[in-house]
Amino acid sequence: MKLHEYQAKAILASYGIPVPRGGVASTPAEARQIAQDLGGKAVVKAQVHAGGRGKAGGIKLVSSPQEAESAAASLIGRHLITYQTGPQGVPVGKVLVEEPAAVAKELYLGIVVDGSVGSPVIIVSEAGGVEIEEVARTSPEKLHTLAPDPAVGFQGFYGRRLAYAMNLPADLIRPATDLMGNLYRLFIEKDCSLAEINPLVITQDNRLLALDAKLNLEDDALFRHRDLQALRDATQEDSQEAEAEKFDVSFVHLDGDVGCLVNGAGLAMATMDLVKAAGADPANFLDVGGMADEAKIKGAFSIMLRDPKVRRFLINVFGGILRCDMVANGVVAACKEAGVRPSLVVRMRGTNADMGRQILRESGLNVTLVDEMAQISSALRQLGK
Amino acid sequence: MSILVNSSTRLLVQGITGREGGFHAKRCWEYGTNLVAGVTPGRGGTFFEEKVPVFNTVEEAVRKTGANCALAFVPAPFAADAILEAADAGIQVIVSIAEGIPVLDMMRVKRYLRNKPRIRLIGPNCPGLISPGEKCKVGIMPGDIHRPGRIGVVSRSGTLTYESVAQLTAAGLGQSTCVGVGGDPIIGTTQVELLKKFNEDPETDAVVLIGEIGGTREQEAAAYIKRSMKKPVFALIVGQTAPSGKRMGHAGAIITGTASRAEDKIKALKDAGCHIIPSPGEIGATVKRVMGARKR
Repeated sequence: MKLHEYQAKAILASYGIPVPRGGVASTPAEARQIAQDLGGKAVVKAQVHAGGRGKAGGIKLVSSPQEAESAAASLIGRHLITYQTGPQGVPVGKVLVEEPAAVAKELYLGIVVDGSVGSPVIIVSEAGGVEIEEVARTSPEKLHTLAPDPAVGFQGFYGRRLAYAMNLPADLIRPATDLMGNLYRLFIEKDCSLAEINPLVITQDNRLLALDAKLNLEDDALFRHRDLQALRDATQEDSQEAEAEKFDVSFVHLDGDVGCLVNGAGLAMATMDLVKAAGADPANFLDVGGMADEAKIKGAFSIMLRDPKVRRFLINVFGGILRCDMVANGVVAACKEAGVRPSLVVRMRGTNADMGRQILRESGLNVTLVDEMAQISSALRQLGK
Repeated sequence: MSILVNSSTRLLVQGITGREGGFHAKRCWEYGTNLVAGVTPGRGGTFFEEKVPVFNTVEEAVRKTGANCALAFVPAPFAADAILEAADAGIQVIVSIAEGIPVLDMMRVKRYLRNKPRIRLIGPNCPGLISPGEKCKVGIMPGDIHRPGRIGVVSRSGTLTYESVAQLTAAGLGQSTCVGVGGDPIIGTTQVELLKKFNEDPETDAVVLIGEIGGTREQEAAAYIKRSMKKPVFALIVGQTAPSGKRMGHAGAIITGTASRAEDKIKALKDAGCHIIPSPGEIGATVKRVMGARKR
């Protein structure tokens, strides 16, 4: 789960990490008030779950409360389109109004879990303010990583090593070490999957300040963070994906026109590859899992049916605990409810596959049944657009 | 022969009185696995299906039944605890089915297991493992698609493993052992460790390696294959159309300096001398073409 910048900064501040003074506004009038309290000059930042806000016009420097109000008015309620959002953009519901910082130098600090190391890894660079992937590409020598041993957690020497590697001035080594320790503690205690301060700046009066912040929380650990669950902003999420979550299925919205329903993540990816091999593009990734019931199948299939872009459907089920007849019933029920007769390529194997095929054959839907994975691409091609 | 589990495996099922645990314990048993114990706290002293003793703790179960393999059906929030309990009791092969264990919990488990190198954890978020010739099934895979034989299978997925096995069986190629390593970022036993075991197993002739996008485990496998593998490896990588950045920390690729995309993995495996399976529909056919030709 992603957090907004203002939410992330509030958590950072509660861990003693310095962030700019400011406040979050849902209306232009509130933005004006916050700018007033800050003394007039302010930065107004659109709060969206996407990077690239600056280039997209989502960050405005203002020099008076009036300007703050009109900047907020130009952002709140609009959709911001950045290189990360796709052409539809994401809605701006709030803006963060902050005191502008006098920046002397921009740095990078991030923590991420690395599966192959099996622990969180701290990443720092003296080249901040740009995407860290860019630094990795252009000047990898400026990138330093370190994985604290989980048995002892963060230690001062880890921080010193990284702080010296960043070429920080002597009097900032200690504050930087403390800051890294605090971010690491936050990362562990809040079960983050990503904690990123980019840029972490040195101000002209030689202080460290988290100018921007990004926290992603690990979905699988949210069950033990009731307080953090409340920070979710569903308006930032893809509407199809948010709806699919209600049915407890794994769904990723894509650009193509072939709706896919599969059980198992690996088989779902394999099935998408077969769509591609047929010269088409999948409209989604959908893993209904092993424990789905008819209502969940129906719900998930209805999401795809409502998408006007989706013209054809591919169902690939290897039944185990999941019964093929139940999948068929769910699909037929969804089509009946929507009053449509879509074209389906269906491949079913395993538990009650014969029953499932029978149900679909008698459903009145335009069904092409295939026996093997190898036949899926050609069946899809024959279906045409 | 087989790797990790065989006819002398003495299976214990954690969570045996639960719906899922009971269902699968029975299926493993019916397949021929030597099911010696179940564990459910609070249900000690009872019997599963009137025959298999249930204990309150893994420690007691091991002491009284000599169980040496554990299959855990414990929900994700408590799954790390279940793995540690089995490891602490001296179980040698631990299989965790649970999907959704918090990453930081697994990090602590991995750290603990580092000091117990003889213990093999399979998973989490995996279907388990099966050695058909030994009639030993420790997992949730449908038993009837497998046939005894000489092909090893290593996969990150569940249903795609079943698909692969079904294709192999249909092509007349039986399996020595099939292992699902699990789909999580932190897993107990890696592809490399299993490739090593298959490499040393005199009754495995070739290995099918099923990978997918994310992480760099396939590249690590490729490096091992290039260096030491004496047997043919058939590789399929799925997810060529999957979008990046979903459920993955975007900084993950930086640390290793290698992209986690399908193309990169395929290239690494190809360079290591693997036979690349061109499509998920051609797993059985590809293995048969090469292995059939070798026999003649």
